Amino acid sequence: MTSDAFISIRNVDKFFGKFQAIDDVSIDIGHGEFFSLLGSSGCGKTTLLRMLAGFESPSSGEIYIDGQPMSEVPPHMRPVNMVFQSYAIFPHLDVRDNIAYGLRKQKLPKAKRDEMVDEMLELIKLPGYGDRKANELSGGQRQRIALARALILRPKVLLLDEPLGALDKQLREQMQLELRDLQRTVGITFVFVTHDQEEALTLSDRIAVMSEGRVLQMDSPTGLYERPSSRRVASFIGTMNFFDGTVSGVNGTSVEVAAEGLGTLRLDRRETAVAEGDKVQVAIRPEKLGISDSRPEGEGGRIEGTLENSAYLGERSHHYVRLDGLEKPVAVSAQNKENAIATADRARPIWLSWNEESLVLLAGD
Amino acid sequence: MSSESYIRRPNRPLQVYAIVFLIVLYVPVLFIPLFSFNDSIYVRFPLEGFTVKWYVELFHREAVWNAFMNSVKVGAVVSVLSTALGIFGAKAITRYRFPGRGPLVGFIMLPLVVPLIIFGVALLVLFSQMGVPLSLYTVTIGHMIVCLPFSIATLLPRFEGFDPSLEEASADLGENAWWTFWRVTLPMVFPGVIASLMLCFTVSFDEFIMAFFLTGTQPTLPMYIWGQLRFPQEFPSVLALSSFIIAASFAIVFVGLWINRGAHVSTIKGD
Repeated sequence: MTSDAFISIRNVDKFFGKFQAIDDVSIDIGHGEFFSLLGSSGCGKTTLLRMLAGFESPSSGEIYIDGQPMSEVPPHMRPVNMVFQSYAIFPHLDVRDNIAYGLRKQKLPKAKRDEMVDEMLELIKLPGYGDRKANELSGGQRQRIALARALILRPKVLLLDEPLGALDKQLREQMQLELRDLQRTVGITFVFVTHDQEEALTLSDRIAVMSEGRVLQMDSPTGLYERPSSRRVASFIGTMNFFDGTVSGVNGTSVEVAAEGLGTLRLDRRETAVAEGDKVQVAIRPEKLGISDSRPEGEGGRIEGTLENSAYLGERSHHYVRLDGLEKPVAVSAQNKENAIATADRARPIWLSWNEESLVLLAGD
Repeated sequence: MSSESYIRRPNRPLQVYAIVFLIVLYVPVLFIPLFSFNDSIYVRFPLEGFTVKWYVELFHREAVWNAFMNSVKVGAVVSVLSTALGIFGAKAITRYRFPGRGPLVGFIMLPLVVPLIIFGVALLVLFSQMGVPLSLYTVTIGHMIVCLPFSIATLLPRFEGFDPSLEEASADLGENAWWTFWRVTLPMVFPGVIASLMLCFTVSFDEFIMAFFLTGTQPTLPMYIWGQLRFPQEFPSVLALSSFIIAASFAIVFVGLWINRGAHVSTIKGD
């Protein structure tokens, strides 16, 4: 992970006055990887991206790109290009001049330059748009022009600062797919900043979840979703049911936990190191819980509760089940495959079931 | 009626007030061109017939042309220098965070509120202490103090109105600060630059107090006019000259404002 890292962020801190925006962050990003920085606003993800671009410099630590330390390299000398949140399309230039903006130093003949721009317009699926003025473009088109303007310079790294944030939902989903395709086509490293967890899960090879200037967890989308390392990550990505518990026994790789509401559970220890008597949390995703009117048979855990509330969403339903000894109802998301259980007109008994592997053991906060 | 909101409803007394206000403001000024066409050396009613001879006479007067050219020279240099300084100042104020930024803007705007006679006297004392002879150069320096606030005030909204990430994008695409300025910053603020040039030229061209203290042997046009006021027979020509200046000033300021229209609206987020 260290030798083949293409971008290496090493123990970087960033202070704005007394405020610490970045707190000892180290990240390695591989060549050709689609890497996302995910977090709510103010978590430091944009600051980190701007440090990669060179608009901010680390207060301490070092950033290496392609093996070169970057702290003395100004933005215009870095092998990276950025797509800005506002797109930053030059309003006084037409589309062609916008895309060719960075080519000035290469001193190309006009024909060659035009050819490269036309190639780019082809790539971003806007052929023939070269003579449009910047203010004649829609949001999605601006976003693509901003991409083309960066990609024409063949950067080693493309930085994207919430590039889909300004688009409506439909266009967003379309652009997500196109962005992913584009990244595979051009094969360069993408560093993508977003606050939208779904977007990060869809696009990324790996994601760093950030909060208050720190990286909480860095993993693949599946890893983050299935094996969150803390309650904060678990609740930031998707929904999660949490149960307080106490470790009642450790036996090799398996752990016994007395969890409030669920009773005694046996789980795999996995990454979390625990000892008997530790306060822990057991978590499970709403869609990993089975729900049925009658007592389910077979392996795994089950418990009876009271169905309090349901929301029918077509493809699936959300149910809220109250268990004895718990304040908050448990959320269940059920696929309406064949026999959707009847929604709750009034409270009635119901059975919940789960596989032991779906349970996640988290250290207590 | 009901569709008109309270705020939008026409207010007759206010309209009358606005019209009266404009009349009181501009009618005295309109007497100048009126009497400049009057066939009499006395400024009084009734008018005594239409003539353009005062205008014709102007063109044959060497001293008027000299004073005019002096003012044009000073105005041109002052407008270019003040605008250049204004661009740097406005960029620094809007793009960098540094201690004392607020007070600094206040200091730059000070000549708008401090009586110019104070600046005039101060500069006169300074120049004579330093042994600098009074000339058009000293007038130019004085006028720059007067014009800088106008330049900054015209350019600041332009700089504030455009997305700083445009400049970052330029740097990101490989251009250093110098090229970024020429390829992005200047084109973005260009209407403001033109407006500032025109406004500074007008202010300098019309300025009297600083010129009064700092002029050497070569008078600017307002100084020349003031000198002529002592001679009653010259007064109609002064009126003719003043009419020219009024017309030219109006034209320049209006063109400048028109070019710089929408300083806030049109450039936000690069639209």
